[in-house]
Order: sequence, then structure tokens, then C-alpha cells
Amino acid sequence: MSGPSDYQPSNPALQWIERRLPILGLVHSSFVVYPTPRNLNYWWTFGAILSFMLGMQILTGVILAMHYTPHADLAFKSVELIVRDVNYGWLLRNMHACGASMFFFAVYVHMLRGLYYGSYKEPREVLWILGVIIYLLMMATGFMGYVLPWGQMSFWGATVITNLFSAIPYFGESIVTLLWGGYSVGNPTLNRFFSLHYLLPFLIAGVVVLHVWALHVAGQNNPDGVEPKTEKDTVPFTPHATIKDGFGVACFLLLYAWFIFYMPNYLGDADNYIPANPGVTPPHIVPEWYYLPFYAILRSIPNKLAGVIAMFSAIIILCFLPWLDSARTRSSKYRPLAKQFFWIFVAVCILLGYLGAQPPEGIYVIAGRVLTVCYFAYFLIVLPLLSKIEKPRPVPNSISEAILAKTGGKSTPMVSTAIVLALSGALFAASVDKARAEEGGTKPPGNSWSFAGPFGKYDRGALQRGLKVYKEVCSNCHGLSLIAFRNLGDPGGPGYSAAQVAAFASEYKIKDGPNDQGEMFERPGRAADYFPSPFPNEQAARAANGGAAPPDLSLITKARSYGRGFPMFLIDFFSQYQEQGPDYVAAVLQGFEDKVPEGVTIPEGSYYNKYFPGHAIKMPKPLSDGQVTFDDGSPTTVAQYAKDVTTFLMWTAEPHMEARKRLGFQVFIFLIIFAFLMYFTKKKVWADSH
Amino acid sequence: MTTASSADHPTRRDFLFVATGAAAAVGGAAALWPFISQMNPDASTIAAGAPIEVDLSPVAEGQDIKVFWRGKPIYISHRTKKQIDEARAVNVASLPDPQSDEARVKSGHDQWLVVIGICTHLGCIPIAHEGNYDGFFCPCHGSQYDSSGRIRQGPAPANLAVPPYTFVSDTKIQIG
Repeated sequence: MSGPSDYQPSNPALQWIERRLPILGLVHSSFVVYPTPRNLNYWWTFGAILSFMLGMQILTGVILAMHYTPHADLAFKSVELIVRDVNYGWLLRNMHACGASMFFFAVYVHMLRGLYYGSYKEPREVLWILGVIIYLLMMATGFMGYVLPWGQMSFWGATVITNLFSAIPYFGESIVTLLWGGYSVGNPTLNRFFSLHYLLPFLIAGVVVLHVWALHVAGQNNPDGVEPKTEKDTVPFTPHATIKDGFGVACFLLLYAWFIFYMPNYLGDADNYIPANPGVTPPHIVPEWYYLPFYAILRSIPNKLAGVIAMFSAIIILCFLPWLDSARTRSSKYRPLAKQFFWIFVAVCILLGYLGAQPPEGIYVIAGRVLTVCYFAYFLIVLPLLSKIEKPRPVPNSISEAILAKTGGKSTPMVSTAIVLALSGALFAASVDKARAEEGGTKPPGNSWSFAGPFGKYDRGALQRGLKVYKEVCSNCHGLSLIAFRNLGDPGGPGYSAAQVAAFASEYKIKDGPNDQGEMFERPGRAADYFPSPFPNEQAARAANGGAAPPDLSLITKARSYGRGFPMFLIDFFSQYQEQGPDYVAAVLQGFEDKVPEGVTIPEGSYYNKYFPGHAIKMPKPLSDGQVTFDDGSPTTVAQYAKDVTTFLMWTAEPHMEARKRLGFQVFIFLIIFAFLMYFTKKKVWADSH
Repeated sequence: MTTASSADHPTRRDFLFVATGAAAAVGGAAALWPFISQMNPDASTIAAGAPIEVDLSPVAEGQDIKVFWRGKPIYISHRTKKQIDEARAVNVASLPDPQSDEARVKSGHDQWLVVIGICTHLGCIPIAHEGNYDGFFCPCHGSQYDSSGRIRQGPAPANLAVPPYTFVSDTKIQIG
């Protein structure tokens, strides 16, 4: 991409093509002989990681679109059916959903790397601005993709974000109606979001081509920020950069696979496992983590229009970065002050992200305002000022000189600053979170679940007992609409034989029809039928239950959660703790108390539950000792019932969990071996170049 | 520059490169499988393809019904004596796809012809009781089937397929 190539293939057929379309020469000059600075560090591999993630998202997305139904009544269920019924559907969905987070994680690293090493400075301004455009397109794509599962967060996220445009004076309302294709977020909105979500990634790919083109014209920046002068300063792209990028991707895959196979819901919101309900807003609307800093900026401004402007400005301001920072020295490595402020800026972004996830009240609002000012001050005051007053350290004459001068201690100040900042940030966040936990409710006690951890499996006995509890107790009011009788015989489930499943199904009366006379009729259930709902419709469910419709239980253990608080949610990432839902469900089942504590008032028709948010639950105490008999001699206590039925409901929410963890283990073995091989290959390839 | 100075440990280096390349190839190929496998029918489609039962008692002689199994139309014809005789009078060896009528129906239930109503040429649905052979006529490209569903004329290469089915009772069959 950096000019005409003199590449001549040796194969006559390729020569024939090359004379007519010099595509091999283009590839050769851009990705083989292309000179790449020899001092690039691993932060530079994120470009390749991002290309890989874009390809991954397009590939998995195209496949998910083969199975997804973009209709307001069917979208939620179609996503669940992908996960449950399509071969490897759970894998593809996890790859796509976690892939979005990984994509954003990589892009943030990539952007901060550009910021730290001054990669936006002359002559790379256009390259940088193209990057900002890609980032904006990514945000739009990610937002619309999040709407597609049509859960509660999808729906209300769509409502809140599209309403941003209503802040525009005079035309706001008409623009929002135009975006919706109706008077509220609805089926037309979902349809167009699906269409655009499919389109935008290809636009991103197009801008990525421009981005790479601009990169190959200007040449890559490098950690020392001095342009390559002689051939000694560079190495050919292939094999050096290729293998190094490959190793970077392999390491990144380990992180990606950790999420896909072990923590698929860690970054998601439990509310999105509740189908969209236009009548009820979740108590706590939060965007996906990658939008949180901007969401915090939006909320910290008390004026609607000003908030929206501030939020968009926070991104657009990046376009002006090349002119706001006019310092001649590129790399922060040689800018002692800029380096410190860079890490403060990183801390500000992380803290803004934390605040974006907190309720907009009290200290959060004040902290949000302070940090918003800090965010903009970095661009508008700190960087312009530093360009004037900072005295940079001497920059090496060339890249080879920089490599020769390389000493061990150079990165210490940067790292220590980061650690100090992270610690202070952590302490601040922890103290803030403590204040919140006290006003909250009682947190559910932890349990030791057989399905927890990387090798977790469902306890077959518990699944079968849980099914019995569900059938005899819960199913009087709660549906299990996503589970078919055939699932009871699926591998990784309760483990019934086909004959047992058929016998179980035939005990149910299933409404079918119309028959030849046009009438509906009842017939015995078959394996392919789904558990029938106890009520014909939601209104009937409400009427029979004092106004509160009993929720469907298929996904209940994934649709319920509770905040783990600041230090815990980081520890959970490593310990793979993700049983908030089961812990909560088991706690609620056992949390009924006859004696209402002082200061709590329970309205008529509600019951006191220690663990239910607000403590007033419409469901009466469902389980009592001895209510359900077990054949296997397990104790017939409420504690046992609660544990068994929760295990069963974890299986209904995640029927392929055992396959997921098993495949995950195999993938990890492979990836670790592969990463080591890549590492040693990289070392060999680079052996002559250091 | 990488290949030039490989004199010291040529074999070890080559082995490493081959091993890494092989691991990448194996990993890539294994990763491809879920992307291909997802195209196959999903579990709910397979479950919905379970056997169905059809009550034959309302179908009078000379009539036929069309039922669907696995998304395919199944013709169930209650054949007349004339149709059966015609089907059996033919010299089997002279047929494009030789098969006797007896082999295409269940013995003792000779009046019932059960065939998948999909033309073996290119998948159109033939019309019953049309054509020159008292059987089926495909409007797409003019294939003609007789009263046993055997191809007699036109571009179709084979007889209409007989789905797996059994008689549960004299008036009820199970398809699948």
C-alpha cells in the first residue's frame, strides 16, 4: 500500500495475473517486505489483535444471523434457541457476545498506546482520525448488537440511547420518532437495528483498510517516537511482525477463551435474561462496560442537552488531539510530565467507568462531575500546557541507538505511578462501595454448588429431585417455557432415557390443533413438546396471583443476580465465581420469615422475605418440610428442596454447561501449548535481530 | 536473514517451525468444525421430525390426502381396484425404474399407496389424479407417474420415494 512494487512472482500463472492485477505485489509490499521498526513492543500487537477480533465478530455474527429472528415477539426466544438447540450455538453466541467486549478491550489498549507514544502526531493525524471513526462505528455497532437479544437491558438501553437524540433542539422528537419507526421502541426499531448491525461491521472493515493504508504511508510509530532512518532501524514485516503478532493473538485468545468457556456472563447484565417488557424499567439501567465512562459523563451534567453534548464531545475531542498536543517529542517515554498525566488520565477513565455503573446519587454524582472535569482538562488544559512548559528528556538519534541504550530500569517510574494510582483508585472505590452495601439488603449466603468451578458438573440426583420439586410445587404457578421434555434426556442433563422421557411427557396434556374440523384439542405430551405454562396468558397469571405474574423459571438463575462489590468482582474473575443467581434463588426460597423485623412494613398480600429486594414478596412461602417425597432417601427439608430445585433451574438456564466447561478445558490445553510454540518460534525468528 | 544463520541448530529450528505450523493448522481446522456443524438441523428440528400417526378411516376409495412429515408432503392414496390392477398389469422390466407394485405397498393393505410427493426430477410437487397413467403428473417438467407412483414418462429418473411407515391398525399408519 506504500507505492508500486517491483515484486515478480516466479510462477508463470501468477505472473500472468500480476501483470493484470498486481494484488500479489500489493500483499508482498504491504505485509511481507514492509519495513517495520525493530523496537516495537507488545502493545503494538493490538493492531493485529483488533483485525483478528473484527474478523471473528463478522464470522460469528454472520452465522448467528442464520439462526436469529429479528422480531419483537420472537427475538428473545430465538437467541435462547440458538444457545440451546443449534449445534455449538452456545459456543458461537458466547464467542460473539464476549467477542464484543474483547474487541472493545483491545481497542482501548490500542488507543491508549497511541496516546502514550504520541502516535497521533504529524504525519499520522489522518491515521488517528480514521481510528476515531472506527471507534465511533464500533460503538454504534456494539450498541445495536446489544439490542438484538431483546431482553430488558436491550430494550431499555435502546430507549435511553435513542432518547439522547431528543435533546437536539426543535428537531429532537422527530428525529427520535424517525429512529424508532414508531412512537416508542418496538418491532420496527429492532428490525432496523438488526439490518444496521449487519451493515456497520463491513463499513468498519472498509475504514480499517483506509486505516492500514494510512499507516503504511506514514509508517508505524514506535516506542521511541523517532522515525526509522536506516535499514538497521527496521525489520521486514514477515516473518518478524507476523510471528510477533501471532504470538500476541495467541495470548489474547487465552483471555478470550477464559470468558467464552468459563465466564460467559461475567460482563453481561442479568436483567438481559428477562424478556423485554415495555411496561417495566429495570431499577438500575447500565450500559455495557465499554460505554460506562461516557455514560458517567452524560449523567454528571445536570442539563439534558449539555449532558449529551458533553458525552459526544468526550469522543469527538479525540479527533483534535493532534493539534491539542503540539509537543515535538512523540513518545511519553521521553516526556516525564506527560507520562504522569497519562496515567492519571487512565485512572480517571477507569474511575469514570466505575461511576457509570453506580446509581446516580450522592457522592457518585459529585465524583462524576470532578472526574468529568478532569477528563476534559487532560485534553484542553494539560496537553496544550505541557507542550509549552515541559522539558522533554533527550530523544535518541535513531531506533538502533535507542535499542543499544536500553537499560533495565527505564520502565520503573511508569509502573510505580500506575500502581500507586490503581491502589488509590481501588481504595476510593472500595470505600464508596462499602457505603452502598450498608444501605442495600442482605446478601445471599454462598453455597457449594456441584456445578461451580472449571470442572463443575450437575449432580444428576439433584437435577432429578429438583425436577420433582418443580413439577409438584413450582409448576403450579411458574412456567418453564424454554425447556422441552426431550431436554430431560439430553447429555449433561437429568439423564433420563428416551423411554422415561416419553413416559414423563405423556403425563402432560398438551393443547394442539386445529384439527380437520378446525377445533383445538388436547393430546398427551410428546418428547418434542415444551413444558406447558400454568396460565393461558400473562393477564390470567396476574389475576390468579394478586397482581404479580410469577416469572418463567427457565432462565431465572441467570436473570437474577446481586452486586458483588468492588474487590469481589475482580476476585470472581480469577476464581470463576458466577453463582450469584443460584445463591440468590436458593436464598429467596429459604428466606421467608413469619416474624417481620422492626421497621419493615409488609403490605397486605405480600410476605416478608429476608433476601428479596425490598423484602416484600408476593409469593407465599412455597416450600415446607416433608412436602415432596424423595425415592433416594435424601432429606425432605426446605434446605434440600431449595438446593435441588436451584440446581435443576441452573440446568434449565444453562443446559450445555458441562459441554462448555469440557470443551473449554481442551481449548485451554491447546492454547497454552500453542502460545508456548509461538513464543519460541518468535524468539528464533527474532534471534538475529536483537 | 532468518534462514541464513541457521547453521548451528538447523534441525531444532526446523522442527520448531514445523511444530508451530502444524499446531496452527490443527487448531484452525478444529475451530472450523463448529462453524460447519451449526448448519445441520438443530435439536428442535430433529425432535419435530419424530414419527407421526395418520388416521386413514376418513379417506374414501378413490380419494387421497396429503400430510406433512419432516416438511415433506406425503401422498396417501386410497386406490380403486382399477388403479391397483393397472399398476400390476405393467411389465416391470419395461419401466425406467423397475419395481413391482407389491414392493411399494404393504401386503394386506394393497389399496393404500403412501409416497413422498416430491418429483424425483427437481423437487416439484406432482398433482395427483393427473397424467396418462392414473397417477401423478408433475407440472414443472412434465414427468408422469403411475398409480403406484412409478415414473413412466418424462425427465424424472426414479419412482416417487416410499417413506418409512407401518400400519399400527387397519385404519392407522405411523410415518417415520
